[in-house]
Amino acid sequence: MTTQQVVAPEYLFFEAERERQFITGSEAVREAIKRANVDMAISYPITPQSESMHLVGDIYAQGYLKEYFRGESEFAVMSAVAGAAMGGVRVFTATAGPGTLRAFEVFPTWAGARLPVVCAFMTRGINSPLTIQPDTIEMAFLLDTGILMFHAESAQDLYDMILKAFVIAEQTDVHIPVGVFTDGFFVTHTREEVATAPADLKLPPYNPYSAPVPVMDMENVPVRQMRDPFVMKSNFISYAAHASWQQEILAAQERARKHVRRYLGGLLEAEHPEAAVLVVAAGTAVSQGREAVAAARREGLEVGLVKLKSLRPFPREELRMLGRQARALIVPEFNRVGWLAREIKSVVEDTTKVIDAPRVFGGMTMPPELILAQIRRCYA
Amino acid sequence: MSKGLFKISPGFEDVMPAEYKELVNNGPYGKDLGVSDLGTFKELIEEHPLCAGCAEALALRLILASLPNSEDTVIVGSTGCSSLLFPQVAVQNIHSLFGNQNAVATGLKRALRLRFPDKVKDVLVIAGDGATVDIGLDMVMQSWFRRELITTIMLDNEVYANTGGQESGMSPQGAVLHMAPLGKKFPKVNLPEIAREAGCAYVATISPALPRRLGKVVRRAILVAREIGPSYVQIFCPCPTNFKWPSAQVLQKIRDRQKEGIFKVREYVSPEAEAYLAGLEVVKQHDEEQ
Repeated sequence: MTTQQVVAPEYLFFEAERERQFITGSEAVREAIKRANVDMAISYPITPQSESMHLVGDIYAQGYLKEYFRGESEFAVMSAVAGAAMGGVRVFTATAGPGTLRAFEVFPTWAGARLPVVCAFMTRGINSPLTIQPDTIEMAFLLDTGILMFHAESAQDLYDMILKAFVIAEQTDVHIPVGVFTDGFFVTHTREEVATAPADLKLPPYNPYSAPVPVMDMENVPVRQMRDPFVMKSNFISYAAHASWQQEILAAQERARKHVRRYLGGLLEAEHPEAAVLVVAAGTAVSQGREAVAAARREGLEVGLVKLKSLRPFPREELRMLGRQARALIVPEFNRVGWLAREIKSVVEDTTKVIDAPRVFGGMTMPPELILAQIRRCYA
Repeated sequence: MSKGLFKISPGFEDVMPAEYKELVNNGPYGKDLGVSDLGTFKELIEEHPLCAGCAEALALRLILASLPNSEDTVIVGSTGCSSLLFPQVAVQNIHSLFGNQNAVATGLKRALRLRFPDKVKDVLVIAGDGATVDIGLDMVMQSWFRRELITTIMLDNEVYANTGGQESGMSPQGAVLHMAPLGKKFPKVNLPEIAREAGCAYVATISPALPRRLGKVVRRAILVAREIGPSYVQIFCPCPTNFKWPSAQVLQKIRDRQKEGIFKVREYVSPEAEAYLAGLEVVKQHDEEQ
């Protein structure tokens, strides 16, 4: 059994001396969970997620977690995770692509039951035809489930966002689940230098009595069904209770903004935000955008880069301001539908400024030249 | 649970609902009560909206009266008629989704064991036949394979009752029901046998027409699931509304089915569970009283 010292989240995140490790994205998940003081993790295999949960199993064997097992399907795992969270423990799981969709019914119930579950999604294409390739389309489906959504560009982001996700999810005024997304294979199976806090430090334990809803342990009153107003009956009070509860979940997302700003340093990051043309992206599309922006600036083109870190809550005001002064917002995406461009169009004042291209999907890589071509078009 | 939590704050005695006052002053928490004590204490169930004559409602009343540890029991339910009744139950209970009750119970039981290693926290699954034998069968059986320490109770009303009378895996062969317009083509699923093969240490079938025996079975199932392994109880409680029986005849119908040999009271106790139960003085005493 390993010995770890509990430290304040602020110390772990911002002050503790960090060491640099040359690791994969999956290994970055392991490093985050090592320091997250997780009680229980539940796993189920699906590519490209499996490796990360193998590694969580390994650190369970080393004593970093109290409980770990393999469930029988993604739907069952997400259900067991719900039961564990309702029982008052800190719980983690991960999935990908088709697994996300198989489990889909559970995600809105996580949010509705105000469970502070943290789940990593290693995004992957949705069948059919069969694919195991990276694609962010599953994120489009999850946008309105009520969960918070962070998008990691790199293994470093993945490490930081998973650790911070627990602290944000468990704030009493938030207390809803967080999905930390990363692009399968591009991040999970590649290696980079990641700065991590010492492994003998960990977050404070979860206090289930800090939840705004009762933990289901028969240690608290009132005796409750579920953790929310249970409204099966047909009467006005039931309708009103359900409607107000849905609004409350959205309000909890809104209240998360201040915590996301504090811990992630903002809902987005911008380089050269004053530029007339901005590349706006999330996940590894940011890395491709960064290459394209550098090339464009070498050509003398005035271009900036906006990295969206939080998609729920969505950086509405931030993007509106950026959209006001920019002439064009180029949105490169790793999916067919262009959900991020749609989201951005929903908040900027002049939607004609949003260029919903380039897009690649089916596992294809995105050459920065495609983004560069869009930048040049803006100046043609 | 700290029983002290269940008290009325000073000054609020007059404004609390009568049912709540009754529960605090005369409820079953911390008392060793059973089916034969019904009528002498405030039950864990308050008015419910199930149909007149519903055998499932009676079964639930008997189950709740038989809990050996009501102050430390959490129930996981599922979608179905019973989920309409659970809001009126004075034990914390979870309704998650249709069919995932045993997966939720798995996570819950493991969480409670982590948080309360020195305390008995019983986790009880109560779900209908649709949730148990159809949509949720995978998760029910997998929880048994994994030897999760939970008790699963199926309320076998032989039909999807809450959605209006569709055929279920537990409907009798030949029954003409919605979605089986030419009659059901296959017999009732033999879940007790599957439960035994899948690793349950205690399996029983019972009906609310045998109330004391039902109480005994539920109690034994919960005790076995504390220490030995998963347990399964199947309660035969056919739906009068969808089978179009007069409300007052339901129990007689159950007895008739028992006489015909279609419904059989059965009990399987693994040798390990048998030895464990024999060692529990409290069970012996209770069984004798029954």
